[in-house]
Amino acid sequence: MSSANPALVSGESRGCWIPLLQVAVQEVFETMLGSHLETPPESFTEGKLDITAMVGLAGQLCGVMTVRCSAKSAARMASKMLGIDADKAGPEIWDAIGEVCNMTAGNFKNKIRGLGDGCMLSVPTVITGGDYNLHSLTDTGALRITMLFEGEPIVVSLELHS
Amino acid sequence: MENIRVLIVDDSSVMRKIVERSLRQAGVELSQVFEASNGAEALGSLQENKVDLILCDINMPVMDGLEFVKQLPGVPNAKGIPVVMITTEGSEGHVVQALSAGARGYIRKPFTPDQVKEHVIAALAAKS
Repeated sequence: MSSANPALVSGESRGCWIPLLQVAVQEVFETMLGSHLETPPESFTEGKLDITAMVGLAGQLCGVMTVRCSAKSAARMASKMLGIDADKAGPEIWDAIGEVCNMTAGNFKNKIRGLGDGCMLSVPTVITGGDYNLHSLTDTGALRITMLFEGEPIVVSLELHS
Repeated sequence: MENIRVLIVDDSSVMRKIVERSLRQAGVELSQVFEASNGAEALGSLQENKVDLILCDINMPVMDGLEFVKQLPGVPNAKGIPVVMITTEGSEGHVVQALSAGARGYIRKPFTPDQVKEHVIAALAAKS
């Protein structure tokens, strides 16, 4: 596995990554959940996001992608993915949001020209509860987007090492 | 496609259910569905169960999908069973690696039931 590629994570390269990240997450929701994500209005406040899924990236692109949402949204995701009642969703909620994060990370990296095989993904990790701080030791600032899934916020972040 | 016995290999139980659901949505009539959470479990399952088709993730703990495909010809019951990879690892290099290892098809996540059907039909046709 090759080491982090500074040119790849330069500000110039990253300038076009926000739209790629949006497309990557939209495609996952449309294909796997049959849901269209909306862009929130400017005045939108995110509220309580108490489930976090994380996937690590290693190689030419090095860092961590997170997908955060409310427990209610995560249950709705599991419901849509599995065709089950959201009220009856159990531990599959964590597996579902972990897979959403995994597919978003994979779909995003596959859209970056030249990255190819130079970046591997970790298996997903899911954190429940919102009262924590994430110290990822990244040094280039995070790319961050907020989208609405059935009116509820989904926050996708990508923090990268240069 | 009727009476298909399938083995679905993925470390995510949700993804295994999604793959099964996609097969059914695509009109594939499954007579038996076996599941395994990694390549080693899948090799064990194949010693006890006969299947017509294997759908397999790549990134899994214990034994990944590429190693599983490489070891598959060594399992007496498993010779000639088509394997279709279903994975987030969508680069050209990964596709080449999987096909070189013996996979008959490659589906990138996220996927639609129609994409699953297309690859399954091709894989089963190549077998017969």
